[in-house]
Amino acid sequence: MSLDTSTVRNIANLARIEVRDEELEHLAGELSGILTFVEQLQELNTEGVPPMTSVAAMTLPQRADVVTDGGYQDKVLANAPETDEGFFLVPKVVE
Amino acid sequence: MTKLTHLTIAEARDGLAKGAFTAVELASAHVDAMARARGLNAYITETPELALEQAKQSDLRIQAGTGGALEGIPLAIKDLFCTEGVRTTAASHILDGFTPPYESTVSGKLKAAGAVCLGKTNLDEFAMGSSNLTSYHGAVVNPWQRTGSDAKLVPGGSSGGSAAAVAGRIALGATGTDTGGSIRQPAALCGIVGIKPTYGRCSRWGIVAFASSLDQAGPMTRTVRDAAIMLESMCGHDAKDSTSAPMPVPNFEAALTGDIRGLKVGIPKEYRPDGMSDEINAVWDQGIEWLKAAGATPVEISLPHTKYALPTYYIIAPAEASSNLARYDGVRFGLRVPGKTLDELYAKTRAAGFGAEVRRRILIGTYVLSAGYYDAYYDKARRVRTLIARDFENAFKTVDVILTPTAPSPAFAPGEKGDDPVAMYLEDVFTVPTSLAGLPGLSLPAGLNAQGLPLGLQLIGRPFDEATVLRVAEVMEQAADFKALPSGLEG
Repeated sequence: MSLDTSTVRNIANLARIEVRDEELEHLAGELSGILTFVEQLQELNTEGVPPMTSVAAMTLPQRADVVTDGGYQDKVLANAPETDEGFFLVPKVVE
Repeated sequence: MTKLTHLTIAEARDGLAKGAFTAVELASAHVDAMARARGLNAYITETPELALEQAKQSDLRIQAGTGGALEGIPLAIKDLFCTEGVRTTAASHILDGFTPPYESTVSGKLKAAGAVCLGKTNLDEFAMGSSNLTSYHGAVVNPWQRTGSDAKLVPGGSSGGSAAAVAGRIALGATGTDTGGSIRQPAALCGIVGIKPTYGRCSRWGIVAFASSLDQAGPMTRTVRDAAIMLESMCGHDAKDSTSAPMPVPNFEAALTGDIRGLKVGIPKEYRPDGMSDEINAVWDQGIEWLKAAGATPVEISLPHTKYALPTYYIIAPAEASSNLARYDGVRFGLRVPGKTLDELYAKTRAAGFGAEVRRRILIGTYVLSAGYYDAYYDKARRVRTLIARDFENAFKTVDVILTPTAPSPAFAPGEKGDDPVAMYLEDVFTVPTSLAGLPGLSLPAGLNAQGLPLGLQLIGRPFDEATVLRVAEVMEQAADFKALPSGLEG
């Protein structure tokens, strides 16, 4: 699969990573190389083979649906670039 | 007396118990050595004050007879483990200024066992790489050099700082993490022992996530016995990680009986790809001879889907990474680049914060999970992963352990693999299948090549049978008698 620059721009937008126009072509080449490499898998017949959803042969544990953690707002906010009155601060999202 | 920094963990433990030296003396020797060896760039953050304070406490506990299994042992922690109050970077710009308010389960267990923390070791950014060249904090230098050359070589990756620190005698042992070979390949390139345990053995809680269905922590040490000692303190069930196995922790050191008579050792024929170097083939054959001499029986086996492991990995790991790394948004922690809108803030922060390899993997992962491509790539890879796991299940019906080379080449110089990302991916060709199947894999140094560089062999075991892997490894270690020291060693 060869990716064109507009597809790369679209993926980058989905991933929320700004990519400069002059980088697009080189990046498209690199990503196409990786995709070509992984496409070897298409030559395998996987009809009837279940997808692996858990590498460990165990069922997910369950616990009572109760609060077991929390109560340390200061710790949660300690590493935030910008906070205000106990909240994370972001640019205005509602016009 | 052996220099304190050259002791094994087992020797240091015994010396501390006998009072031959104190934990403070042991920590001081390492703090000094660490400062002299800064040229290796093995540590991103050194914590000498913390180490000396912890050592002081260890001495008190040793005197009181209340010391833990690793009391007073100076260790390095890969900078992917969150450490309470100590900066944690994952070798990425995007975690700038992040100081975890909590401790990862594994590093917490080591602390509780009495280990002394020397600092946080360098790695490939977010553990994505096989050379340590992708670290935001600069490349790590392998203490090993080619005979007659002072060219700098890479230590492998992603746990390259940990491997260089242990080989360079600036830590008695170190934690690593392994997603597709990140403990075993650097262990091989630096001439040390590294084990990735079975998926679920060590809690992933508090380890910066790369690919959650593959990530596992493990020890990196200079001997198999040391790996057994450290692993025992690192693993165990943790309710905070839903994939942590609720299983008892065996006494791994007691498993080192030296007796492997009658064991069947699988030799997979698919691990001799065309063009593999003669020196790798030779060291593998040598390993088979050692096992025979110890009374084990080599059995040729087939793992037919081996060649599909790397392409499978390079769909699954980036897919999981693209999801895991969505959390780096410039809002809750780390780097923030301002934007006029929230979306612009995200995109600018992530553009500035992620390096080239991490960006590539996020984009590949985003693509293979996107509408219209999910079935062709991601779902296909998950099905092939089932086939790869079945290959091992079938093999383990007839053999007890599998022996392969760890890496296709010894340590290389930066740039020698060119700038094609896929060429670097091939470094993990022998380690990735084990990771996809969730099995334990260990690398041990088997000898030196003609240029004086270490070569590693890998032992792969049944799920949760690290004990057999360690037992066989110790027998091979005795036979290999690997005593060479890296030429780039300081003081």
